[in-house]
Amino acid sequence: MSEIYTQSVREKEHRTSVGFWIYLMTDCLLFASLFAAYAVLRGATAGGPGGEDIFEMPSVLAETVILLTSSLTSGLALVAWKLRSVRWTSVWMALTFVLGASFLTIELTEFSTLVLEGHSWQQSAFLSSFFALVGLHGAHIAVGLIWLGVLIASISRREHGVKLTRQLGTFTVYWHFLDLVWIFIFTVVYLMGAA
Amino acid sequence: MNIQIKIRIAKYIVGFVLSLATTLVAYLVVKDGLYTGTELLWVLGGLAITQMAVQLVFFLHIGEAPGVRVRTFAFSFMSLILVITVVGSIWIMHHLNYRMMDMTPDQKTEYMMGEKDKGF
Repeated sequence: MSEIYTQSVREKEHRTSVGFWIYLMTDCLLFASLFAAYAVLRGATAGGPGGEDIFEMPSVLAETVILLTSSLTSGLALVAWKLRSVRWTSVWMALTFVLGASFLTIELTEFSTLVLEGHSWQQSAFLSSFFALVGLHGAHIAVGLIWLGVLIASISRREHGVKLTRQLGTFTVYWHFLDLVWIFIFTVVYLMGAA
Repeated sequence: MNIQIKIRIAKYIVGFVLSLATTLVAYLVVKDGLYTGTELLWVLGGLAITQMAVQLVFFLHIGEAPGVRVRTFAFSFMSLILVITVVGSIWIMHHLNYRMMDMTPDQKTEYMMGEKDKGF
């Protein structure tokens, strides 16, 4: 009986992980098309500012380090969960949430500063593609934070469950993936734009 | 704590340190202006791809999870489409730009001759 149970659980885990992986791959293509648009339009400033005029590199570096650290803490949360420590899982996940929220705050501050200075997405094709690409990543982070909040709430309420293990694993993959996309935004948009 | 868990923790920490190092190197390369032009693009691209490889191995544990072949296949296919989309767009748009520059006919001829000398 327990063997059959374990087998069906494994199968479900396998299906979820493969299915989610396929979703991530399609999401990659969505980002790829926006990267292509940005690469083509980065010079189309229509008399407005270019990347080197508006990017605040120190705060972008801070964002990068914060997101990278949150990727680490989300991984450690999964490890703690596998060690059956509910307390440490919650601690690492709360830390991931705080870091993710700080990242989003810095990004939104950057966006609002740009808009207030008159450099909104309406000013030039460069800014449209910039806001679309970076904004899409930010929207993914925001969704991830909601998901993380739900997970933290369910961990504090429930015992060690198989379903929660699966969900935590899926979330961690999602969060690592967002960090991976950010490497390219950091490089292609900010570093290459500021140089 | 069994050995598997220890390896996993070690992998996370090694991956984190390596990612942090590549990020800082890329940042300093730009800040200090060590390279310019095409060279800079190659250096930054190389660092980004290195960091991607590090995170795929140390964070996403490529090749470890169940369903390895399906994942690898999906990943390779995605990479192919990604390269076609990105490289293709840049290539086509560069050529469109080249033919539709907003110039007077004389300027255009001059520009095109210049581009031709560069090998386009």
